[in-house]
Amino acid sequence: MAHNDTAPRGGGTPDSHGAAGGAHAAAHDAHAHPTWKQYKWVALILTAITVVEVWVYYIPAFTRTKLFVPSLLIMSAVKFAIVVLFYMHLKYDARLFRALFTGPLIIAVVTLISLMFLFGHLAVRLGS
Amino acid sequence: MSASPALDHIEAGPHGHHYTTTGLDSRKIAVWAFIGSECMLFASLISTYLIYKGRSVVGPFPHEACNPPVCATALKPILNIPVTSASTFVLLMSSLAMVLALAAVENRNLPKPTLGDRILGSSKLWLWMTCILGATFLGFQSYEFTSFVHEGLSIRTNLFGSSFFTLTGFHGAHVTAGVIWLGTLLAIDYKRGLGPGDAINVDIAALYWHFVDVVWIAIFTLVYLIK
Repeated sequence: MAHNDTAPRGGGTPDSHGAAGGAHAAAHDAHAHPTWKQYKWVALILTAITVVEVWVYYIPAFTRTKLFVPSLLIMSAVKFAIVVLFYMHLKYDARLFRALFTGPLIIAVVTLISLMFLFGHLAVRLGS
Repeated sequence: MSASPALDHIEAGPHGHHYTTTGLDSRKIAVWAFIGSECMLFASLISTYLIYKGRSVVGPFPHEACNPPVCATALKPILNIPVTSASTFVLLMSSLAMVLALAAVENRNLPKPTLGDRILGSSKLWLWMTCILGATFLGFQSYEFTSFVHEGLSIRTNLFGSSFFTLTGFHGAHVTAGVIWLGTLLAIDYKRGLGPGDAINVDIAALYWHFVDVVWIAIFTLVYLIK
């Protein structure tokens, strides 16, 4: 395959970028991307996990166990992480982008869990 | 060069890139910050849905049948998992099409000797695919909303209806905005062609599109699958 998936964007060299060339080089270095093969595997894995999620939904014996919800949450989290790391190429991108995403994400998740403890089903369970 | 050395670092670089002292494109920093804020928006909507889950006094209910006297007539569980699973698959595939569109734009100038290379290197094809798959997802959502209303669930029926339509409606609005955004990129591609110099614009649209996808991954599990 002739595609060079790790080719830097813009086609310019750091020297051609003038005074801020070093900074530009840093930006370009952070732009390595997964290959077509990796994209294909990511899509297959995401599809497989989705199939398993739906499959377990239709197993009454499993949905009644305590494993049902945690297993779905884990599978969902894995899908979420795969898309963010590979499709949004956060795995290959600058650390600042990771911080800009994971910081608010952590706040969002902590807020969600806190609200569930305050008002949701977790609060009911703790009170009973 | 600007008059002030302090402003040099925010001047646009080659290809219109807006580099800062971080060495990163300011537009990309902005879109990641925007995505971070969107995380909190959707977390609040999902929290609201989860808090109200199971607290509706009248049916229809998401996973449980509703029988008289709670409901005037017997109602089946309203969520249609097979249809939603299909729409989830469509959205996941749209993300694959989007990464291929971005790769095609970045590698436009590379030689494409084989048919496979020409197919993979066609940004128009993959942008079209992403738009069509996004529109298909919206079609699934329209079908779902319409069937819910026909079955007696509107945004005013019960707590489930209010929180469900608000959450999935907001997500649908984001998908709609994404399809329009991709449509504008497609129009530019037809007008003058998208090349490596435009990769940052496609990258930003792709980040937004993948974010819409990851939000749906969470919604699909938390709203549709967890009983």
